[in-house]
Amino acid sequence: MSKAAYDVVVVGAGIVGAACADELVRRGLRTAVVDREVVGGGATAAGMGHIVVMDDSEAQFALTQYSQKLWQELRPELPDDVEYEQCGTIWVAADEDEMAEVWRKRDYYEKRGVPTEVLDTTSLQSLEPNLRGGMAGGLLVLEDGVLYPPCAARYLMDRAQGRGARLHVGSCVARIGEGRIQLSDGQEVSAEIIVNAAGACAADLTPGLEIKKRKGHLVITDRYPGFLRHQLVELGYLKSAHSVSADSVAFNVQPRRTGQILIGSSRQYGAEHKEADNGILVRMLQRAQEYMPGLTPLSVVRVWTGFRAATPDKLPYIGPWPADKSLFLATGHEGLGITTSLGTARILADQITGTRPEIAVEPYLPSRIAKEHAHA
Amino acid sequence: MPSQVTLTVNGAPVAVPLGATVAVAMAIAGEACRTSVTGEPRGPLCGMGICFECRVTINGRPHCRSCQIECETDMEVRTDQ
Repeated sequence: MSKAAYDVVVVGAGIVGAACADELVRRGLRTAVVDREVVGGGATAAGMGHIVVMDDSEAQFALTQYSQKLWQELRPELPDDVEYEQCGTIWVAADEDEMAEVWRKRDYYEKRGVPTEVLDTTSLQSLEPNLRGGMAGGLLVLEDGVLYPPCAARYLMDRAQGRGARLHVGSCVARIGEGRIQLSDGQEVSAEIIVNAAGACAADLTPGLEIKKRKGHLVITDRYPGFLRHQLVELGYLKSAHSVSADSVAFNVQPRRTGQILIGSSRQYGAEHKEADNGILVRMLQRAQEYMPGLTPLSVVRVWTGFRAATPDKLPYIGPWPADKSLFLATGHEGLGITTSLGTARILADQITGTRPEIAVEPYLPSRIAKEHAHA
Repeated sequence: MPSQVTLTVNGAPVAVPLGATVAVAMAIAGEACRTSVTGEPRGPLCGMGICFECRVTINGRPHCRSCQIECETDMEVRTDQ
């Protein structure tokens, strides 16, 4: 490429931006990353770090499965502090209606090569004795895992820097477009291509982009080794995560290597303040206690919030922004950015370098926004 | 009314004055309350329930703040869970 300072500047050093920078520099592009704070400090630090295959849509499945495979390939190289554990996910079915969903999900995964085990009441109870008795069963997805996202982002960024990428933190980006990145301190950087990987703030830099902040709360307990062994998610979670407007909570707990337990989850639109919101926090913890009464006496050490970058159709934007040929997007991952960061980086770099991607990119192209508007 | 209570710390009996906290029993027993993540022995720092340094397992329940709990007869305190 030509005389711009960089071939690519990535805006945002969350796990998505870090993964993109690492992949772009690996392919020989002169790459820089700009972030207003620190590497992995935004939604990356706030999220659970559940590496999960999801089947809300074919496109979501394709990206999560592809990405999970990439995490498994990377796993031997990950430093210990990334805490990658293949603990598996159990989708917990409270009743027979939800058990029907277990079988549907099992068939879907089996056809696509995702190993699972159907659990009945007894086998679920023996795998997770702290769950409330009398659950109908569940689906164990064996290759799902967990990791510690800020350290994963740090690892990817370190590797990118080791390959020659430049990192510039502590500067707000005021404006991007037409091959120029303007920082709020007045500096300007030129690039052939700009990647907007600014998560929930991406729409501030790219007007017309439809991304809403979807607030979440998480709670972490003290260390209780052995209390929980798998990531547990209620099947009702799907109803909660799918709802486009109302505030919702769902039972979603994760074992950490330390023996700590992460407790989620909540989803809120229109709540833009960072402070914990006691009303929804109480609902979230009550939901968790309904599923796991044994959580009640445990000691909580911290509560925090974060903002997911939510798109109207629940799929991320990965690819060129039609209004500006220098601009690409890698944002809108909502609650799946940790999982899908690696797949995002691959298919973004494929599009930038003109390489054939391993999965179809059409469902993630930002140009679908204009099409939706044309049909509206 | 007895002026002392006897409890166990890691299985060994310890007699303390009535009304003493578990942190006192730990001091008499000469035991650290817990081991930090990096392997260091820890004991009461603030003595008022804020710092969480003095946590022990009491009657099977982990992470109890020993400085906030009065000793009771036959209480089982463990630091090795």
